[in-house]
Amino acid sequence: MMAALTIAMVMQRNLFSVVVLSGVYSFLMATVLVALDAVDVAMTEASVGAGISTVLLLGALYLCGGEEAKPLRRPFVPFAVAIVIVAALVYGTFGLPAFSDPQAPFHTHVVPRYLNDGPKETGVPNVVTAVLASYRGFDTLGEVVVVFTAGIGVIALLRTPRRRRGKEKRE
Amino acid sequence: MRSEVVLRVVGKLLIPFMLLFALYVQFHGDFGPGGGFQAGVITAAALIFYGLIFGLPAARRVAPDWLVESLVALGVAIYLGVGFAGLALGGNFLDYFVLDPNPVEGQHRGIFWVEVGVLVTVTGVMLKIFYMFAGRSRSGGPDQ
Repeated sequence: MMAALTIAMVMQRNLFSVVVLSGVYSFLMATVLVALDAVDVAMTEASVGAGISTVLLLGALYLCGGEEAKPLRRPFVPFAVAIVIVAALVYGTFGLPAFSDPQAPFHTHVVPRYLNDGPKETGVPNVVTAVLASYRGFDTLGEVVVVFTAGIGVIALLRTPRRRRGKEKRE
Repeated sequence: MRSEVVLRVVGKLLIPFMLLFALYVQFHGDFGPGGGFQAGVITAAALIFYGLIFGLPAARRVAPDWLVESLVALGVAIYLGVGFAGLALGGNFLDYFVLDPNPVEGQHRGIFWVEVGVLVTVTGVMLKIFYMFAGRSRSGGPDQ
């Protein structure tokens, strides 16, 4: 279903339906993540992917019009690059351990410590929160700074200075 | 959209529960799924919903620009403050064990404040981006 949706998104020329379809895609992705027991990520995907980014894309669409421009020439080179990258990624998945293999390296490295000692050390039953906020607190700080930088970037790019606005009114 | 009665009524009914759910996600993040990021997005979504139904000026009255902009920076400051609090109390940067005589309590306290910082920044950034996009007219200038 997600593959069909992606193809529909690529074929679609009307950007409004592309935005709506990408919202649907996000919700499907969230259900996949729930099936993988990653409820925290699913929640983020549903709220950010399907909620906020759809609204933001619609806002951007209002500003720039709803029809996709016809490409100037056939995009063969990007298509070939995409095919090569997909092939490389698929080849890479053969090297991964089998799905839910308990002996996989990432299950034997720090995971047992987090699962066994995490609740005792932090007193927080949700391991995801414990890892995010405590064991990997510095990484999360980095993420917050990234979000902060994104906000600052948008403000810097889109805000018209107050002074100039006042001048325009006077003229 | 301001004339849509159904939207206005449903919005008025739903928005308090959305905000309440955001708080639940925030403070129940220790026990169930959720945390600062998700709660921040839900809070911002509730306010964006309000802005979509009642118009941008109404949303700007609820959360004015200066407030949103200071939220963006305040969240990072809270997070860093937790880090430096650990440093000041004789631990490492972002060391929660020293925040309370009981290390587990200290962890609780540290995680709580860190999540508050994430919530504040995420809410601020999401709202700010929405304001920035929604506040522009088609000609490219500010829409006021």
